[in-house]
Amino acid sequence: MDVVWFLVLSAFIFVIGAAGVMTRRNPLVVLLCLELMLNAGNLALVGFSRMHGNEAGQIFALIVMVIAACEVVIGLGIIVAMYRNRLPIDVDEMSELRG
Amino acid sequence: MSATSYGWLVLAFPLAGLLVTSLGWRVLPGRTAGWIASGAILGSFLASLGALVQVQDLPREERHAVDSIWTYAATGDFDVEVGIFVDPLAVFMCLVVSGVSFLIHVYSISYVSGDHGFARFFAYLNYFVFSMLLLVLAGNFILLIVGWAFVGAASYLLISFWYRRDTATHAGIKAFVMNVIGDVGLVIAAFLILNETGQLDYLGVFERAPEVFAQNDGTIVATCLLLLVGAFAKSAQLPLHTWLPDAMEGPTPVSALIHAATMVTAGVYLIARTFPLFELAPTAADIGAIIGTATLVFAATVALVQTDLKRVIAYSTMSQIGYMVLGVSVAAYSAGLFHLMTHAFFKALLFMGAGSVIGAMAGIQDMDRMGGFRKAMPFTFVTFTIGALALAAFPFTSGFFSKDEVLAYTINRGGGYVVLALAGYFGAALTGFYAFRMVFRVFGGEPVPEAKELEGGHAAHGEPMNPMTGEPEDTDVGFPGPEHNVAESSPPMKFAMAPLAFLALVAGVVGIPGVTDTLEHFLEPTFESSRYIDDHPSAGAEWVGLAAGGIISVASIYVAYVFFVRRRGITLELRDRFPKVHAFLFHKWYFDELYDAVFVRPTATAGAFGRRVVETDFVQGFIVGGTTGIVRAGTSFARAIQTGFLRAYALLLLLGVAGLVLYFLLASS
Repeated sequence: MDVVWFLVLSAFIFVIGAAGVMTRRNPLVVLLCLELMLNAGNLALVGFSRMHGNEAGQIFALIVMVIAACEVVIGLGIIVAMYRNRLPIDVDEMSELRG
Repeated sequence: MSATSYGWLVLAFPLAGLLVTSLGWRVLPGRTAGWIASGAILGSFLASLGALVQVQDLPREERHAVDSIWTYAATGDFDVEVGIFVDPLAVFMCLVVSGVSFLIHVYSISYVSGDHGFARFFAYLNYFVFSMLLLVLAGNFILLIVGWAFVGAASYLLISFWYRRDTATHAGIKAFVMNVIGDVGLVIAAFLILNETGQLDYLGVFERAPEVFAQNDGTIVATCLLLLVGAFAKSAQLPLHTWLPDAMEGPTPVSALIHAATMVTAGVYLIARTFPLFELAPTAADIGAIIGTATLVFAATVALVQTDLKRVIAYSTMSQIGYMVLGVSVAAYSAGLFHLMTHAFFKALLFMGAGSVIGAMAGIQDMDRMGGFRKAMPFTFVTFTIGALALAAFPFTSGFFSKDEVLAYTINRGGGYVVLALAGYFGAALTGFYAFRMVFRVFGGEPVPEAKELEGGHAAHGEPMNPMTGEPEDTDVGFPGPEHNVAESSPPMKFAMAPLAFLALVAGVVGIPGVTDTLEHFLEPTFESSRYIDDHPSAGAEWVGLAAGGIISVASIYVAYVFFVRRRGITLELRDRFPKVHAFLFHKWYFDELYDAVFVRPTATAGAFGRRVVETDFVQGFIVGGTTGIVRAGTSFARAIQTGFLRAYALLLLLGVAGLVLYFLLASS
């Protein structure tokens, strides 16, 4: 199969994830969409790896997965902490960084 | 020990006293600080006597000694050394300064006994005496300037001793500023001397000066005029005199010490010390003589109408220093210094008497409220009258011989100097009048309530207040203490006044023309190189002058007697008939007002302009405000981006990345 298919799929998934991050207000869903974006990136890496015939891209994809796992741990931890403190589960409400 | 060893001892004693009293004031019990300080000055006086003996032992031709303990700055051609110069003039000044200072220290032990700054006062006094002795013993111009500046600082501290009294602190600032004008003159003069002769120690300068400078050379005249600026600021001569009357805000012993006996004579000493330069610049010396004469007449006229007891004595001090400046400026060095010595005695005595009277009046200094203290204060009355007699140059008192010697020498120079001498005699007539105006108004007439109370055995006790403004005060530190002392009940005050009264009467014996002339012979080695050394009036001429002076003195005292005893009230009539003259004299010829209009107000206006326009509008408004405005505008844009919405950040991030990718794509193709 041509690498373009992989890339087109990857781009679709990435845009879906990005749109989700942009539009959803529930942090849990935002995290899921982030995951989509990361995996879109993985797909592109693996596709290129296959095209070039070497393993570097696959190793990158593995590392991205590890990072994603770490990120999810922290993100979920923050969401749990928000629950515990009875804060609204809404990213728009969390605007302490406003200048 | 050599003369210079004694010279160092003279300096060491007050310095030690200063350190002990200033560092140990917490642990020294009672009046110990006062006794330690007085003892230090006594030690200094004894060391001066030792120096006197040693100097007299030296052969007549080389009767001076130089010694240095430390080379402060070594340069190629000349070194600045911490060195002293001991010669008859320096020894003479040391004796007068330390002797009178010792008595004033003892007097102060009683005078400020109730004050909450007792040890501080004596630390200041010792510091002052140390500075003054440093000034007279200095062996070069650098050390002279150091002593000169120290003396100004000490005078500032002492005038502002009651530092919570606004008028006193203002007077201190005024004195300091005026003195700094003189310091600047002295420093520039020293620079010119160094520039031309390459030397700064006295002997070197005086040796080189005749080779370098032509007679009345422009540079030497400028140098001497700058020296005169220094001398006039310190000695309160026109036009730098305005600080001295205000300095009377300080405690009375301070007035006696600084503003009568020692500090204000520093200018006279300076002119006498640098006489080789002044003899090279006769123009400058003549200007000094003219200003001295002008000051003596001016101050005497002002003293006629002042009602503040201490201010009258202050103006008489200016007037008497005018005589001294006249004397040393017309090359009558020994006569001028003779008057310096007798003046130190009788003026310190007058101030001490005034302090005693002010004590009896519970701090009031206005003569209009005084009167009839004759019976209540017999000791003060007698000593004060002796002081006034000497001031008025009553025949055979000390002031009689010294003042007339100055005038006789002035006449002897002939020409225009005769006019100056006649002005001096006119001033002498005024002197006798205002001196006995004080005596008759304070001690004569009906006893005021305070005098009656004192006759009853206890001193008047007024509410503490500022005698200048009438503002109420308390008696804590920074204000005068609760107790006032009079000489009659304070042995230390009596102990100090009695020897001064004796000296004021008889100190003239060291300079009876044709009979003793002791002082003149003693000082001769210092002034040997003077071209006028053999140019003195004959004894006969001096006695004619003395007779004239005596007649003027007695006549002026008689006029005062008529005015203030026989026909009391005549002065009020005069005042009402000539209100303008009275106002002119009472406002001290409007010098303060003139300086206020010429210097103070323009400076204040310029300051206000600088504060309002330059500082507020330009610096604060334009420079600071402009910078902050730019930063503020920049940050408000940056703040606008920071919305706090997570999704907005995500959008920006995405757009940024997209932009970057787009850029690289376009750039690579």
